[in-house]
Amino acid sequence: MPMTVTDTDTDTDTAGTAEATGAPQEREHAARARIGAALRGTARRPWLLLAALYLGLVLAWTVAPGVFAHQDPLLTDASRGLRPPGAEHWFGTDNLGRDLYSRVVHGTRTSLVAGLLAVALALVVGSVLGALAGYLGGWIDQVLMRVVEVLIIIPGLLLSLAVVSILGFGTTNVAIAVGIAGIPGFARVVRAEVLRIKGSAYVQAAVTSGRRTPAILLRHIVPNASPPVLVLAALDIGGAVLSIAALSFLGYGAAPPAPELGAMVSQGRDYMSTAWWLTTFPGLTIALVVLSTSRIARALERSGVSS
Amino acid sequence: MTRYVLVRLVNGLFVLWAALTVSFLVLHLVPGDPVSVMLRGGGGEGAAIDGSLADELRADLGLDRPVHEQYLDFVWQVARLDFGTSFSTGDEVGAVLARALPSTLELAGASLLLALVLGVAAAVAATLLPNAPLRSAVLSATVVGNALPSFWTGIILLQVFSFGLGWFPAYGDGEFDQLVLPAFALALPGVGLLAQVLGRSLRTALAEPYVRTARAKGASRLRAVTVHALRNAAIPAMTLFGLMIGGIVAGAIVTETVFARQGIGRLTADAIGAHDFPVIRALVFLAGALYVLVNLAVDLIYPKVDPRIVLRSA
Repeated sequence: MPMTVTDTDTDTDTAGTAEATGAPQEREHAARARIGAALRGTARRPWLLLAALYLGLVLAWTVAPGVFAHQDPLLTDASRGLRPPGAEHWFGTDNLGRDLYSRVVHGTRTSLVAGLLAVALALVVGSVLGALAGYLGGWIDQVLMRVVEVLIIIPGLLLSLAVVSILGFGTTNVAIAVGIAGIPGFARVVRAEVLRIKGSAYVQAAVTSGRRTPAILLRHIVPNASPPVLVLAALDIGGAVLSIAALSFLGYGAAPPAPELGAMVSQGRDYMSTAWWLTTFPGLTIALVVLSTSRIARALERSGVSS
Repeated sequence: MTRYVLVRLVNGLFVLWAALTVSFLVLHLVPGDPVSVMLRGGGGEGAAIDGSLADELRADLGLDRPVHEQYLDFVWQVARLDFGTSFSTGDEVGAVLARALPSTLELAGASLLLALVLGVAAAVAATLLPNAPLRSAVLSATVVGNALPSFWTGIILLQVFSFGLGWFPAYGDGEFDQLVLPAFALALPGVGLLAQVLGRSLRTALAEPYVRTARAKGASRLRAVTVHALRNAAIPAMTLFGLMIGGIVAGAIVTETVFARQGIGRLTADAIGAHDFPVIRALVFLAGALYVLVNLAVDLIYPKVDPRIVLRSA
């Protein structure tokens, strides 16, 4: 994942075409030039590299938390309560003697999976609504876009909270609620893209040659509309993780024993003046996830604009 | 001008009606039964529910009637600015809101002012500072400010300035020194966003010929930025500032929880926890009304900042 990011980021058009058309030798040469360019590019942007590395680490935590944290995040041991960070417990222990580092690792997993779920929901539903509105036009467009406008005027956090109050509490419900609040943004962007593409000659040609609407949408419109939409999705991940952490902080997310970053910050509040590590490490982890995703998303955005 | 404002206000009423309808539909169409959620108290999914108790509660709340009847009732109530009584406390929703409003207005006002001052200062600093590393440091700081979870910055501020240095009290509202930390925590994401948007349009404005002319006629760099470029760069930042107001009110939900302030935000969190739908609907209405009014105000200010903008009621 991080590798593809740095790759597209510094990929030049000339290298791409040489690779596509050239003989094997040239191709190898082009590939080497490309890797060189990518390395030079990342060296010039140390922050992007750091962001990619951090995100890679966090993704590894998500995929295999057991590999990185050997201690049980739920195991309580009152005799080891509130130990400060040290060699045995990297991030210290909480009031029940649970190892904070493994709670952070497992909590990151919960938060990240929920964030990805929220963005996926917003992306899919928003794209379908936006594509329908943009392609079909007429009253469907009118109705859908009015609904979207109305959803936009309600602040996202408030909308998510209202949805959570119906769905009930829990990490999945919080993710769904945050996803619903993200739908209007995607619907707008996709609709604008579809309107732009709809007028292009190749779509007109497909319509004239008698292709069916679903085929045109899938073959011609979706592939051409996807780059800006995917950039928006990348930009949204950080925001979704933040919102989910905020909702969990307020107490609507994961139920107590399960580790979740926002909930951990909330639990640490009771020991704010004595055990700084309880709030600092989970909070810092969230902040860095948000910073890294936004850093990478902006790099993607910029490379998309230049190509 | 008066005509323009009137047309906009009527439009605003329609938007509000639509917002209420959508919130009504969301509260009724999203799968999930509010009554069973209330009875479980948000606890375990599998908890058993007493059937007769649920029916009684449903009848009490008027949730057993046909949806269209509930909807018409609801619209008629809101038209008279009557938001009913709270499910959880039985108080008038209007009175509950009125009690919580002053504290939040104080907090939101202070943090908007802070966001405005710091945001403009950071944008100007990011364009004007003499050496490049310093400029990019300011720029990075704005990006970081925007990415920090506000509940966490609130706690860090408490740890450092309240428990560590003892400069400010940790909790409570009413006093000025109790306002400083929450206002700052709430303003921080906005500062970052505002500084980035304003900074970008400032740099665009600085490349314009009129700035070069002003510089050629002897204006200092500071004067060129603050007098000539800032006004021309202000429009996108004003739009953003209007949007930020809604965000700050939503952010108050978290900030008031962290600093134990009894305002609209705390009320919202409690209402969600208690599944208190009348209060939630009133809050959505309030947020919608705020959005409509703020946008109108921003639109009315545009021509004052840039005389080329003419207001037309379309």
